[in-house]
Amino acid sequence: MSRSFLSTENLPFCSGCGHGLMARSLEKALQRIEGLNPLDLVVVTDIGCIGIIDKQFASHTVHGLHGRSVAMATGISMGLADPDKKILVLIGDGGATIGLHHIMEAAHRNIDMTVIVHNNMLYGMTGGQPSGLTPCGFRTSTMPEGRPDNGMDLCRMAHAAGAAYSRRIMALGDVSDVLEEALRVKGFSLVEAVELCTSYGVKFNPGRKLTDIAGDAGMTPVLLKNPEASAFRPEADRDTESLFHGVPAPEKRFGHNLAGKVSIILAGAAGEGVQSTAEMLALAAISCGLSVTKKGSYPVTVGVGFSLAEVIISTKEIHYTGIAGIDAVMATSREGLQRALPRIEAMKSGSVYLDASLDRPETGAELVHRDYRGPLGYRSASLLCAAHYLSRSGIFPIEALLEALSASRAGRAVDAAELLKAVEEMERAGV
Amino acid sequence: MAEPGKTAFIDGSRLMIEAAVRAGAEVFVGYPITPANLLYAYSSRRFPMVLPAPDEITTLQWMSGFSAAGRFPVTATSYPGLALMIESIGMAFMMELPMVIILVQRMGPATGTATCGAQGDLALLRGINSGGHPIPTLCPSDMDDCYTLSARAVELALRLRCPVFLLSSKEMVMTLRSYDLSRLAPVTPAPREHYRGDGPYLPYAAGPDGVPPFLPVGNREHQVRFTASTHERNAGLQHSTPEALENTKRLRTKTESNLGEYTLYDYEDRRSDTLLFSFGITAAAAREAADNLARRGRPVSLLVAKTLFPVPGEYLETAGRYGRVIVAEENQSGQYREVLFGRNGREGVSGVNGIGRMISPAEIEREVER
Repeated sequence: MSRSFLSTENLPFCSGCGHGLMARSLEKALQRIEGLNPLDLVVVTDIGCIGIIDKQFASHTVHGLHGRSVAMATGISMGLADPDKKILVLIGDGGATIGLHHIMEAAHRNIDMTVIVHNNMLYGMTGGQPSGLTPCGFRTSTMPEGRPDNGMDLCRMAHAAGAAYSRRIMALGDVSDVLEEALRVKGFSLVEAVELCTSYGVKFNPGRKLTDIAGDAGMTPVLLKNPEASAFRPEADRDTESLFHGVPAPEKRFGHNLAGKVSIILAGAAGEGVQSTAEMLALAAISCGLSVTKKGSYPVTVGVGFSLAEVIISTKEIHYTGIAGIDAVMATSREGLQRALPRIEAMKSGSVYLDASLDRPETGAELVHRDYRGPLGYRSASLLCAAHYLSRSGIFPIEALLEALSASRAGRAVDAAELLKAVEEMERAGV
Repeated sequence: MAEPGKTAFIDGSRLMIEAAVRAGAEVFVGYPITPANLLYAYSSRRFPMVLPAPDEITTLQWMSGFSAAGRFPVTATSYPGLALMIESIGMAFMMELPMVIILVQRMGPATGTATCGAQGDLALLRGINSGGHPIPTLCPSDMDDCYTLSARAVELALRLRCPVFLLSSKEMVMTLRSYDLSRLAPVTPAPREHYRGDGPYLPYAAGPDGVPPFLPVGNREHQVRFTASTHERNAGLQHSTPEALENTKRLRTKTESNLGEYTLYDYEDRRSDTLLFSFGITAAAAREAADNLARRGRPVSLLVAKTLFPVPGEYLETAGRYGRVIVAEENQSGQYREVLFGRNGREGVSGVNGIGRMISPAEIEREVER
């Protein structure tokens, strides 16, 4: 196999452009890496003058979206996870600007790759506009008076993010030693090579030299290293368990008295066990051989405000999971009642189980007004209300709920005997 | 552990992720977004590799990198995340990188209502690629589909060498249901064939089916090149040479000419003058409405579409046999109806639409009986 990484010496760059100089130095540097073959190298480029160099490489090449090279290369590096492969990103200052976050992320994670940023201080392909790395005083087509402030110091930013190796150089002469050093880094290395665009940089800044422009703006050579850390390798090929393992699947142990289906809304507040009660009710229904659906509704800040659950229990398979006609609402707190109020007011039949602390709403439904928050505490208000509903409606045995309770985490906090006793007292109180 | 025949209490997200992994998906790249978070949560337990990305652009780029390296990636998102991903999805499509994007629809525009389901992304998906190249989109209509179509999506992405959407909605991935796991058809790892010729390997030289053989970067046999710009068979950038234009056209025809392999829909001919057409989360209401109507002596035929893009010709062919066609979908304007019948529609075609709530069987029945 040929050890030439560039398949041609004819590079597609303007005469005198630093990109050509960098490419020739890169070829030398790659040649010096022992045992590295072109097919051990993945070159990732994107939009911009330097990006079209992929065509000249004999290695694997990827030519992607403007500024996204480093992110794409991160995926490749993690996907290959092979220290014998080199992942090399060649981008410009424009790409580094739009993809700054990707560079910081890769530096921070110490992803195994080398990024060479060809900073010619402007966007060359689109007419010479300033980039985020354009230095103070540098004139560009859309900023003919010169940039009034300084560009970002990419090397110091990458260093602060955690890059193993960050270096700024002037793209003058043979820089292969620097590139070789960067390529040998285990982890993330970045070289910012400052160039002067022969088409737009020279045109808008006549007579100024590269070193003067960079020096005046404080963009001087720098080498920054972080203490050696191993390159990031994601945990791969984990041996995982089927998601069906351990899912609740209660055996059919009870009968039921349900004909058709019931649609139930549990309306409480965060912290009252509304969602877990709804799930226990559903699991209990399954243990009675019934079909069931359950969905929850709560504010995006899940730990506060209303908590609503909709449960449908049916003797047949349930397709549509929405609730048209409500059979029962269990309103155990003010937040829940407020949320469910329009639907409660629209009810013409069915039952509304309402905590004693709440005002009676206008509704055509039967109102069952009891103290659900008191006997077992507010955290079990929803559970007590559901147990009471089962006791009164008789759709299936309350024992099925108790069994679901004992199998749940809530079962450790709630005593089944106390729950039953509270339900019985409630029944007596109602008589 | 749920045994066959035992009824488990699960949601569609669990089925999707389990099936994707069984079909051979290897990496989940996640960025949290409601209502797709359950998919991320299950993936973190089930995928061989899981990575938290810092944003959705990075998500798609990392996925593309994994895919280029021969590892099958999956992500799950909703519209705001999708919006950030779109440029990169186009890149993956152009580079011909297999991957699955699970899109869980929520109500828009913009951030809209994160916790409210919807079917409002059809118009966007239809034209997601500049040039109009459709991206294969499968849409589960029930729990069985959540499992089988997720596996099919992985298989299809490998088969066609391209990204595939698994299109869902909040209620489909979050609602818990009693579900008999013994209904699940077995899922086996999808075939993954790599180029085995002597070379030179041309990454975009396709066979008669329009799909070029795949090779990952990093292999020591052949040079592999991927590019997002207009290119020839060897991936070399070209402005508009005949070969490059042929390649761009092939990207469209490869998904359309192989559509027969993945035209998935349910059709019940109930000897009626009316066809009820639906998909996704609204399909459940349509099925229930069709059953209710049949009981009332007003049968309607039912077509539940599962392959949404490219649009299978069978849909219009079937619709053409009916005087009345009613398309039920949870969006304001009837986006898929417009895809099928155009802006001006067709005589006898109407829609049942709504936002902020699921379309109910009763609404559909009213439209049929109108």
